Order: sequence, then C-alpha cells, then structure tokens
Amino acid sequence: MNLNIAILIILIMAALWTTMTRSLLRSAIGLAAMSLVLSIIMFRLNSNLAAVFELSVCAGLIPVLFVSTISLTHPLTKQEVMQHMKDRIRRFWYLPFIIVAVGIALSLVTVKLSIKLPPHEIEKNVRTLLWNERPLYLAGQIIVLLIGAFSVVILFKESGKDER
Amino acid sequence: MLALFITVPFFSILFFNLPFLSYFRRAITAWAYVLFCAQIALALRLFSPDFLNIFTARVFFNFNIALDNLSLIILLSSAIVLFVTLVIATYMIDSERKRFNFVNLLLFTQAGLNGLCLARDMFSLYIFLEIVAITSYILIVFDKDIKALSAAFKYVILSTVASVLLVASIALILLLSGDTQFSVIHNAISAQTPNLMIMFSVALFVCATFIKAGVVPFHGWLPEVYSHSPAAVSVLFAGIISKALGIYTLMRIVNDVFGPNIHVNSALLFIGMVSIVIGALAALVQKDFKKMLGFSSISQIGYIILGIGSGSALGFAGAAFHIFNHAIFKSLLFVNSAAIESRTRTTHMHELGGLSKVMPITGLTSVFAFVSAAGLPPLAGFWSKLLIVMALILSGHPVYAILAIVLSALTLAYLLSMQRLVFFGKLNERFSKIKEAEFGFSLAAIILAAIIIVTGLLYPFVLGKFILPLASSGVFK
Repeated sequence: MNLNIAILIILIMAALWTTMTRSLLRSAIGLAAMSLVLSIIMFRLNSNLAAVFELSVCAGLIPVLFVSTISLTHPLTKQEVMQHMKDRIRRFWYLPFIIVAVGIALSLVTVKLSIKLPPHEIEKNVRTLLWNERPLYLAGQIIVLLIGAFSVVILFKESGKDER
Repeated sequence: MLALFITVPFFSILFFNLPFLSYFRRAITAWAYVLFCAQIALALRLFSPDFLNIFTARVFFNFNIALDNLSLIILLSSAIVLFVTLVIATYMIDSERKRFNFVNLLLFTQAGLNGLCLARDMFSLYIFLEIVAITSYILIVFDKDIKALSAAFKYVILSTVASVLLVASIALILLLSGDTQFSVIHNAISAQTPNLMIMFSVALFVCATFIKAGVVPFHGWLPEVYSHSPAAVSVLFAGIISKALGIYTLMRIVNDVFGPNIHVNSALLFIGMVSIVIGALAALVQKDFKKMLGFSSISQIGYIILGIGSGSALGFAGAAFHIFNHAIFKSLLFVNSAAIESRTRTTHMHELGGLSKVMPITGLTSVFAFVSAAGLPPLAGFWSKLLIVMALILSGHPVYAILAIVLSALTLAYLLSMQRLVFFGKLNERFSKIKEAEFGFSLAAIILAAIIIVTGLLYPFVLGKFILPLASSGVFK
C-alpha cells in the first residue's frame, strides 16, 4: 500500500477516535494525534512552515488549552459516560460507512479541469511575509487567542466563583 | 489610520484587563460608550470623500485594509446597534463583574466587525468572521441558561460547518489565483474561462454565507438563538451580527471578487424568495414575541438577498440600505421585546395585550418599527424595499418584483397580529400595575425610532449621500 494512503487512513481513524471516544480528555488527545498526522502530511507536501505551525499550535497549544478547560468542568459519572457513548454510537453508527463510501466514490471520479494555475511563487521570507505584508493575519490571530482565553475565564472560572 | 477601527477596541480590552489597573475597570462601560459614539460620528464623517482620503493615509503598518461606502454602512449600523446593546446591558446586568465581562465581549465584537468591514483579503476576512462568531457563542450563553446553551450548541455546529466551507472555498481560490487579496483573485478569475472549480468555490462560499446569515434552508439555528439569548444579545444578533457575517460577506465577495454571475444571481433570487415566504409564514404562526421576530428576520434577509440577486447596481445599493434599515427596526423591536420582558417576565404574545396603555413609549416606538418593517411609506423600510423592487423590474425580473410586493402583505399580517396581541386590545389584569420600562430601554427605543423617522423623511438626502455612491463602486463601476 502507498505510504500516503496509509497516512490518510491513520488521519481518518484519528478523526473518528476524536469524535466517537467516550471522554472529552481522550477526544482532546485524539485531536492532537490528528494534527500530528496532518503535520506529517504537510511535511511530505513540502509545506514545512505550515507543518511546523500545525505541529506547534494545533498539536501542542490547542490540546493544552482543551485539557486545561476540561479540567475546569465537572466530570460525568462512569454510568453517564457509558450512556452517552451508547447514545452517540446509536445516533452516528453510519458515519464511518459514509466516510469510506465517499472516499471510494471520490477515488473513482476523475474530473478534468481546464484551469490555468498561477506560476509557482518563490517562497518568501516568513518574517517579511507576516510582519511587512500581512500583519493583519497576526493581529487577527492574536485577537482570536485572546478571545479563547477570555471565554474560558468567563464560562468556567467565573462560573466556579459564582457557585462558591 | 483605518487600523484604529481595529486597534483601539483591542488595546482598550488589554488596558482594562491589566492586573495593576483594576481600579479603572469601572470606567470600561463609559469608555465603550465613547468608542461606539466616536465610531458613529466618524462613520458619518467618512462618507465625505475629502475626509476619507486624509483618514485612510497609511501609518506604521500596511494592514491591507480599505474603506468604501458599503463598509461605512456596516460600520455605522454596527456602532449604532452596539451602542443600543450596551444601553440595554447596562440596565439588565446587575453584577459589576458580569457587566465588565459583557463590555469586554462587546469590544471584541466591535474589533471583529470593524476588521470584517475593512479587510480586503480573503484570509483576513475569514479571521475576523471567526472573531465575531467566537464572541457570539460566548454572548449567547452569557447567562448560562440551559436553553441558550442548547441554541448556542446548534449555532456552533452550523457555524463550524460554514467555516469549513469558507476555508475550502478560500483554499480553492488560493490554488486558482496564488493569492488571497481581493484584487488579485478578481484578476485571476477574470482571466479564466468559467469552469467547474470556480463555480464550486463560489457555491461553497455562498452556502457558508447563507448559513451565517440564517437564510432558508440553513435557518435552523436563528429563531432559537434570537429567542433564548439574553435580551441585549438578541438585539446585537438581530441587529448586526447575522447580517454582517452572512450578507455583508456575500456582498463584499460579489462586489470585489467574483462579480455578478447569471447562475449565482438566479440561485440568489430563488433562495431570497423562498426565505421571504418561509420566514413570513413561520412568523405568522409563532406565539413567542422573540421567536416571531427571529422568523421575521429570515423573511427580511430574503429581501436583501433579492436585491443582491438582481445583479444590478441599484439592487446592490437597495440591499445595503435594507441592511441598515433592518438593523435599526429589528433592533428596535428587540428593544421593545426586552422592555416588555423586563416588566412582564414573559414574551408569550397570548399572555400579553393592551400594553401600550401602561408602556406608552414602548408601544409608540414599536409602531414606528412595525411601519418600517412592513415597508409602509414614508418610513425608512419602505424606501429600501422600493429600491429592491425597482431593481428587480429594471433588471428583467418582474415576476420576482410582483411576488416581493405581494408577500409584503404577509409581513404586514404577522406584524399587525403582533401589534394587536401585544400592544392593543384589552389589557391583561396581571399587568395593570406595571410601569413603563426603565429609562435605558426608553432611551434606546426613542433613539432607534428617531433614526427610522429621520432616514425615512430625509430619504432624498440619504439616497444621494450614502446609498447611490454604493452603486458606482466595485464591479458596478
């Protein structure tokens, strides 16, 4: 089997694990694993910078944020978790089949596109690109991160204060 | 200097959250009022081209942002709605800590909406769209009410689907054009013969904006979010958020990137008409005031989509004008609903009745909102609907124009029914001793009603100064 196909199958399995697993913590770990596989794909596609970002932010920082948020919630009892798991499987049992079917269907379809792709751009220095040409990306991302932190404080930490 | 629209709210949040400046935290509400008023004044002033040229001079960073009349209409509408939301929140949130958090979220929303209006790059547009969306989730569940949590969950799921579609569309566009800047994409697409990939990326983008706007058939989240959110958040959502995230984004992309396309226009006209019919019919059978207003929004968004779908400059200008009008009259109706809820503790229309006897300001202002929403002359809503209908006729869609006029009767029917059930008729004895809502509610309602009247009566001035310049921008040059 082609290595790329194997990596894609691992990616789908990690995604299914993330959505179907019984605890939020495992789900967060599944998400980190998925990002890890995604960054491997990016490395293989020669998108080194995107891969490094994916690895550091999506596989590193975001799961840490998730785990710290989950630690602020009340865990469910074992029975509740099992019930939740059963409900989820009953409701979404068909999802893996759909994914496999769509995958097979897409592999059979060949679409011919008559498009003119732009010439390959010479890779720019990241500092120049983000700092000089696209500072709004950075500003936006910083605001997103701040809102994330702020939301956790409002929804979980402040909630704890109210309960006390 | 345009970057100030984004950086000032952002640095205000940082300043007021510094740990050693906690003493100043009480001033955040006053500061937010100053910022929102300043934005209203600046947005009105910036409609003058000379001032715009001075203000848009680049300082320090090249943020790749720009301003035109469409952006200005959203900047103005958002500042007015944020101001009204803050007035309502000040009266509805008792705890100082909670109010501080709420105002912070409003400032985040302001930064996000302003960034969305100014962005001239697909990826920046997406980032700011997400900023507003994330803030919205938190605002919906601000009171941690179980129904609001359920509504927010639905919104999060659908909004995430929309985000996935947006990112997929941006990725395809990036592949085609090699850049994410509007101008570069526009040139790249113009250089290609229409093909499946372009159509697919356009379809993905349009679907994403429909989900964000709550257009039929993606409207499942909207009535629940509007009816279960805290009152102030309902005003914000109905007034600007769904319009800015969905409709403004669609207009911006049609105007700056894809350009009018006959297939897209046909789809827009059909979806717009379906939204008008389904929204109005559903509004007609609602028993809850806020839910009825939610379905009414779906119907009104349909008119805006019709304007865009006409594919003409006039329709585009009419759609932008209707966004502004809808922001004002729908905010006013939600302010009225918040005032009623604060006094009666219910929004069930069959439990209410005759409230204009005990709440005269709420009753009177609701009539102005009703007349404008129903598209009756001479108030603002009539003029924007007239522009849309004229655009439909002039662009060769007389059937849609006739249907739009006929379906106004449905709007009139559900709004009249609401007026009769809530404000007129026999006063419920339970509410015979209640008084007019607190000053903040009345103030917000009077300001919004005044805007509706002034916009309607000064229509020739508004049309010449703010609306028609829209028709000569972007792809309609």
